[in-house]
Amino acid sequence: MDSITTAASVVAAGLAVGLGAIGPGIGQGSAAQGAVEGIARQPEAEGKIRGTLLLSFAFMESLTIYGLVVALVLLFANPFAG
Amino acid sequence: MGSLPFVLPFAELEVGKHLYWQLGNLRIHGQVFMTSWIVIGALLALVVVGTKKMERDPRGVQNLLEFLWDYIRDLARTQIGEKVYRDWMPFIGTLFLFIFVSNWGGALVPWRLIHLPSGELGAPTADINTTVALALLVSLSYFYAGLSNKGLRYFEYYVHPTPIMLPFKIVEDFTKPLSLSFRLFGNILADELVVAVLVFLVPLVLPIPVMFLGLFTSAIQALIFATLAAYYIGEAVEEHH
Repeated sequence: MDSITTAASVVAAGLAVGLGAIGPGIGQGSAAQGAVEGIARQPEAEGKIRGTLLLSFAFMESLTIYGLVVALVLLFANPFAG
Repeated sequence: MGSLPFVLPFAELEVGKHLYWQLGNLRIHGQVFMTSWIVIGALLALVVVGTKKMERDPRGVQNLLEFLWDYIRDLARTQIGEKVYRDWMPFIGTLFLFIFVSNWGGALVPWRLIHLPSGELGAPTADINTTVALALLVSLSYFYAGLSNKGLRYFEYYVHPTPIMLPFKIVEDFTKPLSLSFRLFGNILADELVVAVLVFLVPLVLPIPVMFLGLFTSAIQALIFATLAAYYIGEAVEEHH
């Protein structure tokens, strides 16, 4: 594998995770905001809100994980390593 | 799979290295099989021990199993619906328990102490082949559920609100297993990687909270996989009016 491909793969892996984290970060922030508002308004529903919040966090997090999978493929199983 | 482009120095982390077994023309990943068999054996042993001497007032392992049964039944009933959830409860329960025990087994059992000639033992779900197999099983079972419950009327689902939805619903059939398998694989591998990187950087104390976070996400991922599988089956058997 030549050095240009290596450099491009490493940069692309960094970008894949970094850019992929932006959207879910914003989404998790607004979800947490909604949950905190819900708990402040109705403290007795805290348990239910927490469960739903964690489940939806996991869904949002998996979007970043897709970026991570791409990064891992580029680093460990690069198809262009030729 | 290409070879490693460069050698990364983290701990003994070996991504993309496997213990290959030759089976006819197939090269299979031996370490995944070994850990899967251990997980299956552990689950079977638990169930056999728990149901051996059943009592009216459950104690010990029987109590745990009854709690699990209730939990899985509630999960299946809320997602699939009152009418057919009984048929699919064993499938959903098996998926949940296998993934859960695999994830926690990979994180809690010190597999590093057993040396393999190549590759390393770990959670079976950290290998993409395992998760793709599980996701394809889910795909097959929701098709089967829809066809066996509604016959050819199942395909009404594809044009349900309007026929414009047809291409999206067809694409969905392919993206469902893709996202199911990638989500589980990525999360479990990411947990192992984060712990390995932290152990390399700071080998004391600091990795422990991250390990607990990893246990937590592993459990949530098992729950999500089972919930989504049940949801897809429920979507396939649902009656439209």
